[in-house]
Amino acid sequence: MGGQAVMEGKAHKLGDHVNTDLIIPATHLVSNDPAELGKYLMAGHDPDFVNRVEQGDILVAGDNFGSGSSREHAPLAIKGGGISCVIARSYARIFYRNAVNVGLPLVESPEAADAISEGDRVRVDLAAGKVEDLTTGKSFSVAPYPEFMQRIMDAGGLIAYVKQQS
Amino acid sequence: MSQTRKILAQHAGRETLEPGEFVEVPVDLVLANDITAPLAIEEFGKLGRKSVFDRDKVVMVLDHFTPNRDIASADQCAYVRQFALKQKLSHFYDGGNVGIEHVLLPEEGLIEPGMVVVGADSHTCTYGALGCFSTGMGSTDIAAAMATGKTWLKVPEAVLVKLTGRPHRWVGGKDLILHLIGLLGVDGATYRSLEFDGPGVTNVSVEGRLTVANMVIEAGAKNGIFPADNLAILYLAAAGVKATASGIEPDQYGYVDQIDIDLSSLEPQVALPSLPSNAVAVTRAPHVKLDQVVIGSCTNGRLEDLRLAAEVLRGKRVAPEVRLIIIPGSRKVYRKSMEEGLFDIFLDAGAIISPPTCGPCLGGHMGVLAAGEKAISTTNRNFVGRMGHRTSEVYLSNPAVAAASAVTGTITDPGEII
Repeated sequence: MGGQAVMEGKAHKLGDHVNTDLIIPATHLVSNDPAELGKYLMAGHDPDFVNRVEQGDILVAGDNFGSGSSREHAPLAIKGGGISCVIARSYARIFYRNAVNVGLPLVESPEAADAISEGDRVRVDLAAGKVEDLTTGKSFSVAPYPEFMQRIMDAGGLIAYVKQQS
Repeated sequence: MSQTRKILAQHAGRETLEPGEFVEVPVDLVLANDITAPLAIEEFGKLGRKSVFDRDKVVMVLDHFTPNRDIASADQCAYVRQFALKQKLSHFYDGGNVGIEHVLLPEEGLIEPGMVVVGADSHTCTYGALGCFSTGMGSTDIAAAMATGKTWLKVPEAVLVKLTGRPHRWVGGKDLILHLIGLLGVDGATYRSLEFDGPGVTNVSVEGRLTVANMVIEAGAKNGIFPADNLAILYLAAAGVKATASGIEPDQYGYVDQIDIDLSSLEPQVALPSLPSNAVAVTRAPHVKLDQVVIGSCTNGRLEDLRLAAEVLRGKRVAPEVRLIIIPGSRKVYRKSMEEGLFDIFLDAGAIISPPTCGPCLGGHMGVLAAGEKAISTTNRNFVGRMGHRTSEVYLSNPAVAAASAVTGTITDPGEII
């Protein structure tokens, strides 16, 4: 559930403050199915966005990614839309928690987020703590998750973690 | 320690807590709605528990796409209803009992000072107005809390917002929070708690404080909190809660930062598209032609808000080609508005009166915007496409500014027409 240890795909660049209404507009929140939600990935920003995403691609965003509502449908839509990982300068609090809970890997790296360009080929190795821009040859080291959250990831998500604890 | 840390420490059974620590705490109330509950129920099912940890402490409110917007939302409500009835939840709000959750829960007497409240809705932070810790989470976190009665939290750093002065006539909680978000930016308080105190607090009504705490999430804050003072105790007593001041007061040194706001210096605020942080004084807002005005929501759908709108609308008419939609936030607000004659004022002005629902705030139903349309709204988010088409635009304001703008058809300072 923690996602693949190594992910590789094309970068889709987004700006600052990408909120959950842009990621998936509220009108589509009538399903819990990632594949269904994925059809509307970034529809609030550009309804055609999802058609440019290939399985495994990577979102690269600015500050405060995932701000706004608490809808867990946002990380589900990102996964369902084919995105393997998000790299951002920073994340909104609830989104970060939700992504851990549903097993969407997040990388917080201002350096990587700034340096990677639209369409670059990007590889993320979570275990090694490394992001590589294969197009430019630049690489970036990534701080690990806080230990407590890593335990949830290692358990396979929050539900599995709670089961383990009881 | 800050007020938030004290509440969390008390729940964690600890003398002190440091910001940044991860702690597990028991929760006093767990909330979900018709959008977030289905996913929470599904995840709850995976835990293999027969029942929720306490049927008196798990609250479900069908308020977002109700009265059912379409078959898909009706199916979601039916799924939640089935669960709530099977679990015999004491506080399940459906049909005629529905109110907008954050208007409803305090009014129903479910919120008390010193509590820890978690909800699968980002505006769960509203309840901090009554001296408790409350915060929004996702459905899976809520599923775990429903099952175990506990949640984990990262202890936030706290920022003191010190209020002084008395606000002018058309200035209230909404203007204070829009101004503050403008100062902080939409991520200026991320992971932090915003704690309101100072001699000016007493000049902000409890309903105004609910509006303020409601929108702290728009600056990224984990929670917002007011002291449970005499005004709060009176409000709670009216809701049937026999609260004494919680005894949980902040120390002077628990803060990483302090922001001073003189309420008497504030003008009514308007947040321009497309971030709540784009706050300007109403007199500096552009004179755009409005298509729709919405007065309601978990931010400004309380009786005081509707009274304020009525004060402006009395004897006036909504401008031609402007749709004014007024949404009382709960059945109690609805009934009182009717009894006080506010509905006559609204209907005479040409307004539409909606049943309690989140509806148009999130572009759900009951007033979705067409391409290119412009609205002023007392809701909490003016993001791109928030209330409808992605080329539509939303301006945020208090109910008096929204009402005055409905009359003139453009963004207007109520002082200009009263």
